[in-house]
Amino acid sequence: MIFVTVGTDVPFDRLVRVVDEWADRRERSDVFAQIGSTEWKPARLAYTRFLAPDEFMRRFAEARLVVAHAGMGTILSALRCEKPILVMPRHAALGETRNDHQLATARHLSTLGRINVAMDDAELRSQLDRIDELKAREPIGPYASPELIDTIRRFIVNGHAPASGHPLGRSAGPR
Amino acid sequence: MITRARSRDRRPKVLALSSGGGHWVQLLRLRPAFEGCDVVFATVKAEYRIDVPGATLRVIPDANRWNKVGLLRSALGVLRVLWRERPDVVVSTGAAPGYFAIRLAPLFGARAVWIDSVANIDELSLSGQQAGPHAALWLTQWKHLARPDGPHYGGSVL
Repeated sequence: MIFVTVGTDVPFDRLVRVVDEWADRRERSDVFAQIGSTEWKPARLAYTRFLAPDEFMRRFAEARLVVAHAGMGTILSALRCEKPILVMPRHAALGETRNDHQLATARHLSTLGRINVAMDDAELRSQLDRIDELKAREPIGPYASPELIDTIRRFIVNGHAPASGHPLGRSAGPR
Repeated sequence: MITRARSRDRRPKVLALSSGGGHWVQLLRLRPAFEGCDVVFATVKAEYRIDVPGATLRVIPDANRWNKVGLLRSALGVLRVLWRERPDVVVSTGAAPGYFAIRLAPLFGARAVWIDSVANIDELSLSGQQAGPHAALWLTQWKHLARPDGPHYGGSVL
């Protein structure tokens, strides 16, 4: 099953439409989409608008691969579950989101080789045609890097951060 | 300033607070940092309880900078949680509710940590720019965003 998700907060008509048209063209019956408040009503995709967190994780776990917006939460879940993920970033200029974080996320994580990215509709169509070849990239563990865990833990315990040569901790309140 | 009576042997009390979505996912990845502490989670969706079985989760109103009334409700919600829980340390991965947690923490004698989202790659989040200077520890997850006066780079959730 290919699991498509647009996140819970904002519609993503462009993604759902391109995937729906592709599934129709290729006669795919193995695509399930969580479409949120997207207006485009899929003709070919099986879909729902919202999934409770446990049901979301279940669908995620069952999926062979994931097609999604470039939301960091979705990407982290895919890397954690070792699922191949193909993302298309939302564009602020198209009214799909408020800022261009998704563009930056897609670009950077693609450069780092962590995820597969389609920057626009045309790229998405062409990557979908090769989707069965998509491989999972390097997975991530359940927790943050040991460095970040240590930085925070040290602060909790004694108000200092280990990285700098002098204590970072200072009394609570504005400088 | 309102503080709890402290004993040297008491476990630190941590309030781990964030908005939903990626902010919450990143907060959950920090859990090993809270080992040996009493942790209370606060976030904007009650259904996230399923992610922290056995732990206390307080629900706070969500808000963003485009909704002034929502911001006020969120600030009051954060104040209520701080009043109720009296943490020693507040840890937040953003966004707007996290800003309020950082600013209000000193009223309760709590030290605050702000971790900017790993999704803020080209520049810091707006809430981070506003909250960071008020946090006792201000972190970014990208080395190229670190500055001498903060934020500092201390690792990443990836």
